[in-house]
Amino acid sequence: MTDFALGRTSAKAPPRESTAWDRLMVNRNWLGFWFMVPAAGFLIFFLAYPLGLGVWMSFTDTRIGRAGVFIGLENYQWLADDSIFWLSVFNTILYTTVASIIKFAVGLYLAILLNEHLPFKAIIRAAVLIPFIVPTVLSALAFWWIFDSQFSIISWSLKQMGLIDHNIDFLGNANNARATVIFANIWRGIPFVAITLLAGLQTVSPSLYEAATIDGANRWQMFRSITLPLLTPIIAVVMTFSVLFTFTDFQLIWAMTRGGPVNATHLMATLSYQRAIISGFLGEGAAISTAMIPFLLAAIMVSWFGLQRRKWQQGEAND
Amino acid sequence: MTDFTRRSLLQGGTALAAAGMLTGEALVEYAKAWAQAAPWKVEKGAKLTVMRWKRFVPAEDEAFMAMVEAFKKANNIEVNVFSESFEDIQPKASVSANTGQGPDLAWGLHSLPQLFPDKVIEMNDVADFLGKKYGGWTAAAQATCMSGNKWLGIPVATIGGYMNYRKSSMEKAGFKEFPKDFPTFLELMKALKKNNTPGGFALGHASGDANAWVHWILWGHGGYLVDKDDKVIINSPETVKAMEYCKQLSDTFISGTGSWNDGSNNKAFLSGELHCTNNGISIYVAAKGDPTKKEIADDMDHALWPVGPVGKPTELQLAVPILAFKYTKAPNAAKAFIAFMLDKPNFDPWLIGAKGYLTHCLNAYDANPVWTMDPKNKVYAEASKRSLPASGIGKPGERAAAAIADFLVVDMFANYCLGRDDIKGAIATCERQAKRLYRA
Repeated sequence: MTDFALGRTSAKAPPRESTAWDRLMVNRNWLGFWFMVPAAGFLIFFLAYPLGLGVWMSFTDTRIGRAGVFIGLENYQWLADDSIFWLSVFNTILYTTVASIIKFAVGLYLAILLNEHLPFKAIIRAAVLIPFIVPTVLSALAFWWIFDSQFSIISWSLKQMGLIDHNIDFLGNANNARATVIFANIWRGIPFVAITLLAGLQTVSPSLYEAATIDGANRWQMFRSITLPLLTPIIAVVMTFSVLFTFTDFQLIWAMTRGGPVNATHLMATLSYQRAIISGFLGEGAAISTAMIPFLLAAIMVSWFGLQRRKWQQGEAND
Repeated sequence: MTDFTRRSLLQGGTALAAAGMLTGEALVEYAKAWAQAAPWKVEKGAKLTVMRWKRFVPAEDEAFMAMVEAFKKANNIEVNVFSESFEDIQPKASVSANTGQGPDLAWGLHSLPQLFPDKVIEMNDVADFLGKKYGGWTAAAQATCMSGNKWLGIPVATIGGYMNYRKSSMEKAGFKEFPKDFPTFLELMKALKKNNTPGGFALGHASGDANAWVHWILWGHGGYLVDKDDKVIINSPETVKAMEYCKQLSDTFISGTGSWNDGSNNKAFLSGELHCTNNGISIYVAAKGDPTKKEIADDMDHALWPVGPVGKPTELQLAVPILAFKYTKAPNAAKAFIAFMLDKPNFDPWLIGAKGYLTHCLNAYDANPVWTMDPKNKVYAEASKRSLPASGIGKPGERAAAAIADFLVVDMFANYCLGRDDIKGAIATCERQAKRLYRA
């Protein structure tokens, strides 16, 4: 038995033509494909499938617990004529624009400040992160108390100081409510912008500033011609994420106002939840969510492609 | 009334004794005897899962669980209970109904059984059994649970909401008793505002409180979202009158009601800033239980909703019906459990434990001591009788539930009262949404 086996292995197999299978087995791309399958599977199952399902549902009249039938663009036609939907679009754009601009301005200012040599630098940098660490719902509930119609600490303090004689209606008045939720979003979003930009600032080589100082540049010129251009790629990334997070914000609004007063602070995300889950019209809610996609894509395009262009970065004519 | 807590404690004690509250072994013995006599023979080795809404009063939950324990032991079966928040009950029950998986029994809100009439077990035998034994069902309870001559579920109770007010402020405003009609009520609210002791009603997305009071005004003027055939009729002169009345009322409110949720008026009332609002009995229960709020507990009282120009009560109260799904493997156990819940030795202590949150739908329980042990509980005994179904005069069901959940009527009133739209525009927005909701 042993001899036989040995004899078999010692006998040289005649060389044969390499088949397509053999070639495939040593093909690195083929191997690479299999290494990528798990990741692709995750992406398809957890990202592409829900997204596709959401888009599909927006073309149906699905309700919670009941499959719907295809109704084409009916949901979108209804929304196109729905003043509450357009109000939510307006709110979302206002919310995103104002909050993002202020977050960027204050975040950049903070980052530059923290990049200076300050006493207790590490502690201050850690402290800046606090709003980001606190769970959103928790901070939203804190804001809800701070801006409560009857028990607001702000109203109370101002009353104690004799500056006002009645409570400020923070969340019951449309414009006050908008300002309040935007303020809460800014408070929460600044650390992300500030810390990321700070990381970007620290990659800027000090020798550039030294050279500029020798050339006689003042601080503003240094900021304008060295800091800003070198920071642009980071700004593009940070602001893309910041805009995406703000545009799709849900928790802050839901915990503080539930979209009220009378829909004045409904964002597309909260309106979608209200219609899909609370009222049970999954199809319509999915249509509102799907309607967010073009806005998000546009935001990504602007920051991604636009800010990468050298003309934008340096004000020069060559692209 | 000087030693309030001791007094009510004593009353409570005698009431429990009077109700013949059973505990421990005695309860199990009674449960065994009940199971012997009941027309439903529990399946051997049955397993029941019950989904219920999250309790507000610990004592109510304790009474409920004691009953579940007794039922388990007496029938030698398994019963599991889990609770969900108000908002989550309906979606979860809908999914269960349509996938055929989940709890055997669902205890939910409003007209839950009407959402999926062909997925629930018919309860005619249980309803007849209980109705005969306990003096019949209230009309609103029947409307909530019946479709044609079929009972789709059993109306366990109603979570009542009524006027909460401060007696001293009302008297200072020149009223000896709480108004019983709309014009007088407006006068009271104006006077309260003038004395700087304002009232206030939620105009925000407060599922319970806001829906209750705006529907009361709308229905009180004879306006309805839909007629009996579910045709949208919100755009009517009655609605305009209701909106005009509501606007006058809202001008007297404490500031900030546009942002109020269900808890806001409780907080404002308990802090002494709010002197009249609509609520369940929770404000009073909280005030009674907190020695620092004794002054408020003593000074406050409850009143029925004033009756509108239509001349009859038009209240929207929160019904809590229970249903059993067809897919359950133990339909007899499910029916027996429901009938057992509402049997006197169980239901009496349960109502007492609920301290007035829950109002019976079976007339015989008018005699339950909870309504007399504290005179301020009394009006809540009416909740099941004076209520219309959540659909008003329309068909109870999924669409009516969605209209309530989506705050169609609340937003219509709030739009006008908060000055965001004129009457016509506010009604048109509501009408448009309602038509979509009620489309064929």
